[in-house]
Amino acid sequence: MTISDLSPWFTVPAAVLLVAGALLTLVGSLGLLRLQSFYARMHSPSMGSTLGTACTLAASMLVASGLDGRPVVHEVLISLLLALTSPMTSIVLMQAARARSQPH
Amino acid sequence: MNVVFDWTVWFAQMCFLLAMGCATVRLILGPRAQDRVLALDTMYVNGMLSMLMLGIRSSTTIYFDIALLIALFGFVGSVAASRFLLRGEVIEP
Repeated sequence: MTISDLSPWFTVPAAVLLVAGALLTLVGSLGLLRLQSFYARMHSPSMGSTLGTACTLAASMLVASGLDGRPVVHEVLISLLLALTSPMTSIVLMQAARARSQPH
Repeated sequence: MNVVFDWTVWFAQMCFLLAMGCATVRLILGPRAQDRVLALDTMYVNGMLSMLMLGIRSSTTIYFDIALLIALFGFVGSVAASRFLLRGEVIEP
């Protein structure tokens, strides 16, 4: 079974989730490019790495479940990993930025 | 119907590519080192998502393992670079 004979019950929600996730990630990266200061730029990529990733992984899970004919949930692992590690990176990077911007 | 889904996957892949381009421009421009670390952090998330798009398009599960490894090692790299900026060394004695 290939992707061309998936039923619309899988492809339509997967398409909506894919467009939502892709646009969220793109807007987050555009914010990284366009915003002015570092502390403003810190906020925007987290939109892509939380909600954009969650939408894309849900779409991938739907397509994999439709292809295998059984529930495939191993994409939850990436989602859990990113949800745990992305705030940790932000905290350490923000501490580094604050320490580097203080006058010595 | 599935032609529409193929175009959707293509659109999402182009969006992630454009997002990686934005992160690359910030990586080159970035006034200070913390901007560059943030751009690399964004770039690995976008690369992982475009690997998932390749996995949807080719309907195999090998790309899932690649995406998992990119997520794991990207986090380790970002935290190591941030710790280096914070303390001047990665692993403290």
